[in-house]
Amino acid sequence: MKAIGIILAGGNNSRMQELSNKRAIAAMPIGGSYRSIDFALSNMSNSHIQTVAVLTQYSARSLNEHLSSSKWWNFGRKQGGLFVFNPTVTVDNSWWYRGTADAMYQNINFLKKRHEPYVIITSGDCVYKMDYNEVLDYHIEKKADITVVCKDMPAGVDVSRFGVVRMNEDSKIIEFEEKPMVSRSNTISTGIYIVRRRQLIEMLERSAAEDRWDFVTDILIRYKNMKQIYGYKMKEYWSNIATVESYYQTNMDFLNPDVRKYFFRDDPKICSKVDDLPPAKYNVGSDVHNSLIASGCIINSKVENSVLFKKVFVGKNCVIKNSIILNDVYIGDNTHIENCIVESRDTLKANTYYCGDNGIKIVLENNQRYML
Amino acid sequence: MIKKEMIAMLLAGGQGSRLGVLTAKVAKPAVAFGGKYRIIDFPLSNCINSGIDTVGVLTQYQPLRLNSHIGIGIPWDLDRNNGGVTILPPYEKSNNSEWYTGTANAIFQNMNYMESYNPEYVLILSGDHIYKMDYEVMLDFHKENHADVTIATMPVPIEEASRFGIVIADDDKRIHEFEEKPEHPRSNLASMGIYIFSWKVLKEALYAMKDQSGCDFGKHIIPYCHENGKRLFAYEYNGYWKDVGTLGSYWEANMELIDLIPEFNLYEEYWKIYTKSDIIEPQYVSAESVIEKSIIGEGSEIYGDVHNSVIGPGVTVGKGAVIRDSIIMRGTQIGDGTTVDKAIIAENCQIGSGAVLGVGEEAPNKLNAGIYSFGLVTIGEDSTVPDGVTIGRNTAISGVTVKEDYPDGVLESGEVIIKAGDSV
Repeated sequence: MKAIGIILAGGNNSRMQELSNKRAIAAMPIGGSYRSIDFALSNMSNSHIQTVAVLTQYSARSLNEHLSSSKWWNFGRKQGGLFVFNPTVTVDNSWWYRGTADAMYQNINFLKKRHEPYVIITSGDCVYKMDYNEVLDYHIEKKADITVVCKDMPAGVDVSRFGVVRMNEDSKIIEFEEKPMVSRSNTISTGIYIVRRRQLIEMLERSAAEDRWDFVTDILIRYKNMKQIYGYKMKEYWSNIATVESYYQTNMDFLNPDVRKYFFRDDPKICSKVDDLPPAKYNVGSDVHNSLIASGCIINSKVENSVLFKKVFVGKNCVIKNSIILNDVYIGDNTHIENCIVESRDTLKANTYYCGDNGIKIVLENNQRYML
Repeated sequence: MIKKEMIAMLLAGGQGSRLGVLTAKVAKPAVAFGGKYRIIDFPLSNCINSGIDTVGVLTQYQPLRLNSHIGIGIPWDLDRNNGGVTILPPYEKSNNSEWYTGTANAIFQNMNYMESYNPEYVLILSGDHIYKMDYEVMLDFHKENHADVTIATMPVPIEEASRFGIVIADDDKRIHEFEEKPEHPRSNLASMGIYIFSWKVLKEALYAMKDQSGCDFGKHIIPYCHENGKRLFAYEYNGYWKDVGTLGSYWEANMELIDLIPEFNLYEEYWKIYTKSDIIEPQYVSAESVIEKSIIGEGSEIYGDVHNSVIGPGVTVGKGAVIRDSIIMRGTQIGDGTTVDKAIIAENCQIGSGAVLGVGEEAPNKLNAGIYSFGLVTIGEDSTVPDGVTIGRNTAISGVTVKEDYPDGVLESGEVIIKAGDSV
């Protein structure tokens, strides 16, 4: 028990368009059966980090519902546990979280009360698997003040939505730019950090005194030349859910057998809240190809290159192609859905047509289900 | 003092020997059912859905799978500070230690457990049946009639009545007579093996009959209560109830779940069936697969064709394989190009490539024609079947089999391979 964890899950991103109307990104459904935050939570739990704080702010209802019990991720112990911190009004503070550093600063007592020497900070909107202890060993070996987990993106990938870093031969970070228009490197920060707990408390208090509230611009970038900030390169799968395209692509990645093996079959496994749904049911007329189907689905027609989340009902004579259907969607007969993301709990009337012609279409329908 | 109005005692110690190799290593209540469940999930879920939060599970035969499945009862919300689920195996006593010798004897040996909850009523259940039932409604019936014992019954076709324990009740549902498997039944109300006892009556009867060898509810306790003038009532249940005691009825009950709108509907919202799910990821269906009229559990990877079958979680069906009219349980792998027709394949089996299971004419099974019939191929858990073999009908396989076990690569209909170390 060398470290405690902090998961930043308060964020919203307008580039998620209507998908973020309902919930924080950390609560977005991923890979058929999971929520985005399951990955960070499972990584913490699988790395034997027993004390984890989740900082929420934007539209947290769905997220809180998901976290209603911590037992699914093996928390809920006498030592440690899962703590969810929403912004609250106190005697000396009436602000929302004004940034990532402020979110941690407002809960600084959580940091002060613990005895573990290190803090692992990650965000709830990334899909990845990681043993944080390996990064921690690296952090200690480098005698770093802060370690930033980085990843080399393939050449040609637009990195302008990430923090971009450059390291020297010793892996020390010499340049850090937040969301640069033009970047000179394709190494990005994954938003996973390790900091000594006392160091973090000191930096947070100092930034707060200077009215600075963002962890990246006001701490990482500002302290870059003063503190020993090292980069740790991860080579495995990592994906950040921040735009509709990246959300769509991340889900489609699970159709790749290597990605499935990595997340579904190889130890340790990703945990999630258990929904107690019956097995998926394929009736006469079902014609499913290259798709992921979650439990509780009932399928009566054609589904191709798609991801169906839990409890989706597909009526007769439909065609579903290259689409993502979120939880508990009812699709009436003779419906055509192509290149779409269908929002959870939607009810699609029979004989309708949805097709994303240039890019991905987000389908939001609030028809009465039992009036069909 | 702790006080529970009604506690449940769930009898889960039986082998279920008529399921053959399926119960060679597990007790019948732990046998998989309906893709992701185990048989005991049904009575356990009924308990919590009926508001009963104190359940003693009596185990005896091969309890490992049951113990690990039930754990501390988390999946059924039976992890309680006060009550919850307790596993009750037979234990050594200062004198007169014995196994559970009969259903009532097993309950009698757990007198201390029941006393500790100070109940008004005790519900006796068995872990052998597939059904959804609100025990609270049955309890209301018991109270309304000021009954001492209430027996759950269901109407069965009169021609089948001679296979059951039959009760004869008057218009007020008071029971006047019993007949155990009568040749000429005078009623069609069959006992379902579910009883509610008023605690004092049960306690008195168990003590009175404590020296009866193999003390059984149907044979001894119920007749004892009847003879002593207790008020016995028949509660009539009219929903789906299935005894999955034989391979044929087990196979049929699974297949009924595939119907477009199954009589036993697992997709209803208000009476959920809970189970321990350690496999939660979605299932994958490949580009070449054809799946029709089937139910498939979480995390399975289907590269072949599946028709009219019940597939458990974590199963892999290889490329070009064809599964038809079969039950395949958790974690089993079916090799590429293998054909499976009307088979029951238990958990964690490895079936090789290019094999053919279930071909040819039926022939009576040579080991036990009573158990292995219905034209089924039955394969016990953790078994291996080598590549390219052909297996006939009414056959049974258990253990790691190799090519040499199959003369000319064929296991004729009616044959059995049980490898050393596996007893059936």
